[in-house]
Amino acid sequence: MSLGSLRQRFTALGPWLESRLGLAGLWAVARKKDVPVHRHTLWYYLGGMTLFLFVIQIGTGVLLLFYYRPSAEEAFESVQFLMAEVQFGWLIRSIHAWAANLMIFTLFLHFFSALLLRAYRAPRELTWLSGMGLLGLALGFGFTGYLLPWNELAYFATRVGTQIVGVVPVAGDFFLRVLRGGEEVSGATLTRFYAIHVALLPASGLAIVGLHLYLVQKHGMSVPPGVERSGTALPRMRFFPNFLLRDLVGWLAALAILAALAAFLPAELGKKADPFTSAPAGIRPEWYFMFMFQTLKLLPAHILGLEGEMVGVVGFGLAAVFLLVLPFVDRPGQGGRLQPVFTWIGIGIIVFVIVLTYIGYTVSPTK
Amino acid sequence: MNQDARGAPASRRRFLDWLLGTTIGGLVVSVLYPVVRYIVPPPASESAASSVTLPFTAQEVAPNTGRIFKFGSRPGILVRTPSGELRAFGATCTHLGCIVQYRPDLGHVWCACHNGHFDLNGRNIAGPPPAPLEVFAVHERGDQIVVGKGT
Repeated sequence: MSLGSLRQRFTALGPWLESRLGLAGLWAVARKKDVPVHRHTLWYYLGGMTLFLFVIQIGTGVLLLFYYRPSAEEAFESVQFLMAEVQFGWLIRSIHAWAANLMIFTLFLHFFSALLLRAYRAPRELTWLSGMGLLGLALGFGFTGYLLPWNELAYFATRVGTQIVGVVPVAGDFFLRVLRGGEEVSGATLTRFYAIHVALLPASGLAIVGLHLYLVQKHGMSVPPGVERSGTALPRMRFFPNFLLRDLVGWLAALAILAALAAFLPAELGKKADPFTSAPAGIRPEWYFMFMFQTLKLLPAHILGLEGEMVGVVGFGLAAVFLLVLPFVDRPGQGGRLQPVFTWIGIGIIVFVIVLTYIGYTVSPTK
Repeated sequence: MNQDARGAPASRRRFLDWLLGTTIGGLVVSVLYPVVRYIVPPPASESAASSVTLPFTAQEVAPNTGRIFKFGSRPGILVRTPSGELRAFGATCTHLGCIVQYRPDLGHVWCACHNGHFDLNGRNIAGPPPAPLEVFAVHERGDQIVVGKGT
């Protein structure tokens, strides 16, 4: 076949595919998409950044599956082997661990910016709800993934974390058993968490990400009320390629930060879990659970005759429910004015999380 | 559809809808029920042992120290008090289920997870634990230590 006819065939491939896939309409929609430009535009990049890190998690997660063995007897050893023997095993695992942290961090920023800029206002209630669902899934990813190396720190974090479920009134004991796969944290818990971490959460995560992105496309970017009130017509930026190229710069920067973190601060493994040793001093969960951990530590044994930790756990549950229904509670008052109280609640939540996280990291563990 | 005008077919249609609906409902339930039962773990056989002989001797436990032991599938802690007495408790913290340890510097039992303190009778004396530790009976038989339920 001559080069000319090969080229001819290649150029014919475009129309051939188009007549079968019919993507021209989609492309036309994508070209029309644009983003409002104002002083808060920066916050629009955080969702895409979180998605980028999620894709990295899927890629590195699949690679880790090639060596990981989900059993109490082998999990720790398989991770040890991965870190010490496998070429670049340390890199893949360190990137997975660091990207998880960065993803939760950008997710928190994305969540707080949507909260304070009130991006959940009608008609974006479902976008908010799906985003809250993704936040819950991300925390579930973190909690289940933490146990998989089967080290001492993870073992006790999981003991405490699952026991928190057991504190829930009425159905707590039942859910505790379902979560642990028995009465105690054991190999049965590990296989459960493994199934949840590598199958259940990714599948539901992808589905909800799809819904979330669809809703964002459908309604476009939310313009913050403060900007909206100014009344002037906002300049707009094309998504393709202007906004996307800016996204890419952010993603490249994130990749560079990830590589640096993985190279200079590789993920640690610690000691193998032993269900018959005391919890070591200085035990603590991942940083994004620290504010809850520290709150439970500070609550007294009994509050108004109820067990302290039950009050704490139920309190966090109610806070989560409040955030879920926020778009339906935060209705504009008379004259379409937004009620400032919800801004203060949002700031209050952020201050609470930061202060308790700070206390958690600075207070002496043995006091 | 204009079967409504003919009377009978409308109720036949309703009946068929109902039949279809309950069939689908039944199918969903018959799929979900085994899945839910599958996810709930089978009940663990309760440890029949009401007492255990510890794998270390009384001499190996110095005064003002503690050691974790297996009581069936659960952890227990054996403490030799500064005065030389042996005491044993369930080692599972009553707060959120961590495994406690003996703190020689404090002279009592402590949980590292949420800073819970228990005295040498297992009573919760400080921090968030809402209840005392389970107390086991300690018997010394020659060199052996036997720990049993109840005081």
